[in-house]
Amino acid sequence: MSGAMTPLTALLVRDMRIAVRVGGGALIGVLFFVVVVTLTPFAVGPDLALLKRIGPAILWLAALLASLLALDRLFASDHEDGTLDLILTGRAPLELVIAAKGLAHWLTTAVPLIVAAPLIGLLLDIEPPAQAGLVLTLLVGTPALTFIGIVGAAIAVTLRRGGLLLAIIVLPLTVPVLIFGVAAANAAVAGPVPFGTPFTVLCALTLASLVIGPFAAAAALRLDIE
Amino acid sequence: MRVNAVDLGCCRGGRDVFAGVSFQLARGEALAVTGRNGAGKSSLLRIIGGFIRPAGGRLWLEGGDPELTIAEQAHYLGHQDAVKPSLSVAENLCFWTAFFGADAHKVEDALESVGLGAIAALPATYLSAGQRRRLSIARLLAVKRPIWLLDEPASTLDAAGRSRLTEFMQSHLAGGGLILAATHGALGLSGAQELSLDRPAQAPTADTQQPAEAAP
Repeated sequence: MSGAMTPLTALLVRDMRIAVRVGGGALIGVLFFVVVVTLTPFAVGPDLALLKRIGPAILWLAALLASLLALDRLFASDHEDGTLDLILTGRAPLELVIAAKGLAHWLTTAVPLIVAAPLIGLLLDIEPPAQAGLVLTLLVGTPALTFIGIVGAAIAVTLRRGGLLLAIIVLPLTVPVLIFGVAAANAAVAGPVPFGTPFTVLCALTLASLVIGPFAAAAALRLDIE
Repeated sequence: MRVNAVDLGCCRGGRDVFAGVSFQLARGEALAVTGRNGAGKSSLLRIIGGFIRPAGGRLWLEGGDPELTIAEQAHYLGHQDAVKPSLSVAENLCFWTAFFGADAHKVEDALESVGLGAIAALPATYLSAGQRRRLSIARLLAVKRPIWLLDEPASTLDAAGRSRLTEFMQSHLAGGGLILAATHGALGLSGAQELSLDRPAQAPTADTQQPAEAAP
């Protein structure tokens, strides 16, 4: 039972509950992330210098793909069982509803991944001081991945196999985030480029996607419902 | 409060489903929307609920809260029950009451009224189709909204469930509510208007109070 909640916190709590329960998919992302990063040293071989050089890129790529995994169900499941119709009859603006769903998705898929990153960073010979910088780039950059992804999720909502289309729509848009995320992470791990420059751009990309994402997704959803 | 529709038309996938549908519905009145399969009963309800745009005509609300759309003052009970299987019965209903900005204290009463009080803690995945429908109906009781848009509300209910639903509809009308229901069977409401979406050519015997003025 939940006490008095505003519509948006109620939605946030509900989405997180569904995500962490059986079949919710919250752990799938972080498991995928761990598996991909763990397999890399086996594929590349025991070359510590090489692992250290490509480590941040591997972590970021794995994070990008992991955050896409559960995204295609974000609106599709609500669309299939009629929840989306009822959400539209609510008095909360659709843009904020989408932002709340995006936040719930980020909290349940990206945050576990950020927590796991320092641990499996050890496998790629990333030392603790550098790990702090790496985790910071993931913390700042993953919301951008989620909020770019929700636009694709909203476009693909009525399609039966929307996952592949979602990846095709979303992945090109995430290229700038990937570039500046990896650049900042590399700067933190290896230097000598200053960490601040790419990191500031990464922050800007995240802020822009937080603003644009919900509006674009709401426009797409309204078209889909018709 | 009064819902007015004049000359509503509906076009789905390039096909004209219906045209020239007009009706008026005031407080305490019910409208049974009838018609063959594919006549556009659900589409009419979805137009009123604001989910799809009408191809023509006007739809407006007199009275009520001018700040809110018809959809924001309406309950929509569609074919899908919007029940999340991994949440419990009570959690499902609590979410909707909170999302619609109502008090949570009515949740228990509403579940009791639809006969789900004993299984409030059960995950909704174990519910039958009829029980899921009852859970959806509990939403109408827990959150007070003046307009009810019901699409085949009794389709999966047993006899006891149907008679309870009729009681709920009667008390909603007595409290000044409005009901628009798409149905094949009888609603069980005395004094309900009927709106047939069948075109006259296909249903020559249709004798309704306010017939659809479908262009031939």
